[in-house]
Amino acid sequence: MKFGNVVKILLYCYILGILLWFETSEAKTGPKSILLATTTSLRDSGLLDLLIPIFEKKRGYFVKTIAVGSGQAMAMGMKGEVDVLLVHSPDAEKKFISEGYGINRKIVMYNDFVIVGPFEDPAKTKEVKLASEAFKRIAMTGALFLSRSDHSGTHIKEMEIWKSISMNPEGKKWYHETGLGMGETLHVSDEKRGYTLSDRGTYLALKKSLGLEILVQGDPNLLNVYHIIEVNPARWPKVNEAGAKAFVEFMISMEVQQLIKTFGLNQYGSFLFLPGAERK
Amino acid sequence: MDLILEGIKKAFCLIFTLDYEVLKILLLSLRVSGTATLISLFFGIFIGIIVALSRFPGRRIVVTLINTGMGLPPVVVGLFVTIFLWRSGPLGFLGILYTPTAMIIAQTIIATPIVMGITLAAIQHLPEKLRLQILALGATHLQMVWIMIKEAKLPLLAGVMAGFGGVISEVGASIMVGGNIKGYTRVLTTATVMETSRGNFDIAIALGVILLALAYLVNLILTQIQQRERLR
Repeated sequence: MKFGNVVKILLYCYILGILLWFETSEAKTGPKSILLATTTSLRDSGLLDLLIPIFEKKRGYFVKTIAVGSGQAMAMGMKGEVDVLLVHSPDAEKKFISEGYGINRKIVMYNDFVIVGPFEDPAKTKEVKLASEAFKRIAMTGALFLSRSDHSGTHIKEMEIWKSISMNPEGKKWYHETGLGMGETLHVSDEKRGYTLSDRGTYLALKKSLGLEILVQGDPNLLNVYHIIEVNPARWPKVNEAGAKAFVEFMISMEVQQLIKTFGLNQYGSFLFLPGAERK
Repeated sequence: MDLILEGIKKAFCLIFTLDYEVLKILLLSLRVSGTATLISLFFGIFIGIIVALSRFPGRRIVVTLINTGMGLPPVVVGLFVTIFLWRSGPLGFLGILYTPTAMIIAQTIIATPIVMGITLAAIQHLPEKLRLQILALGATHLQMVWIMIKEAKLPLLAGVMAGFGGVISEVGASIMVGGNIKGYTRVLTTATVMETSRGNFDIAIALGVILLALAYLVNLILTQIQQRERLR
């Protein structure tokens, strides 16, 4: 084979590539696409994989879901990089709204955080009801605790609990910071037989591959609420206002709220999220 | 061990049932990394040859830079490309962040120094006298360059494989500039990361196996071309 033929083959491949290109990338930028920043916990639970195709079919938008922590999602919202946020970090959200970065904040659904850990439970957290009490015991016994440390909603909740017992666990020997998403952190906890704070949805979705148990639950302080927020279009003209509005409407519609209620029931034998829109 | 066997079984299932989702991910990986490799070939070989054949002050620094670039960390490339492509960034008006185009740009930046470095080494490895001889026989500079490319085709094809291998296996930049969007910018590596974090280890292993098989297939074709040349 001549070298020229090699070049020819490469060129053919390239042309083929271009043809494939046109086949699959029709109009997925511009006014018909929405950028949604959300949390890794929602992506890992699989709920969005169920809801978004319905929305796309109904309204003709193309939703690009970027799964990051709530902290990063809001940081992207502050720069107008995304159109709509689905996050669970209420205090930071209120600040986000009051500073004029977002509008139309609506409650979508809720579940709760749970403290999970190895069934041996070295810190005896199973005996307590309050999350703060459990954290105290973990700190006192020096049992391993895995933290997300990624400014996600879960991490912020965790820091709130540490703060409520006036503790700063950072740098302690028993406190490991993973810097990873919820699913990964649960797996690290499983491997290291440590405790961690998780949202119920992600825990249930991953339960089959984990050797961790729910040790503390039901503390009102552990409520986990998801809100949807439109990034303020008055502030950033590039934000897709119509698309964001349509998505908010969709997420709080009766149909979606019903789907949220039944999501995961068959697969996990328990609810993952409870619809929240009508409870406003 | 069971898990790995389970994963390999799953990989075969996914391939032979022609799972639509997986097929799309596979084609996208091939398209993004293939296009990036082709573009990087153009720039890499072009600049590589210029640097290899010319003498100028500070050349050693340039060569060092190119060689350093061969180890460019994908996440760093991803970070910078993301910042440039943000709506508020200098290239934000293009509106191509979180598209396959953005992934091609990032991967091209990763692959170009690899191709360039190998081109540079390959051309410099040719005997200096060859060049003089070609010129003495009355070839133009362009013809000379063409002959030298032909002479160095073996290591140059190795450069193609190294460049392609670098980008098809890369995850950091793809996840940052592509966003791992289902059915749109989800490639084999980012899907593997996601399925791992979802605890679907069998699917993750299956995707890994498919990725390896794909890399093997592409390299098989390139090696075929490379070694056939050698026999002549």
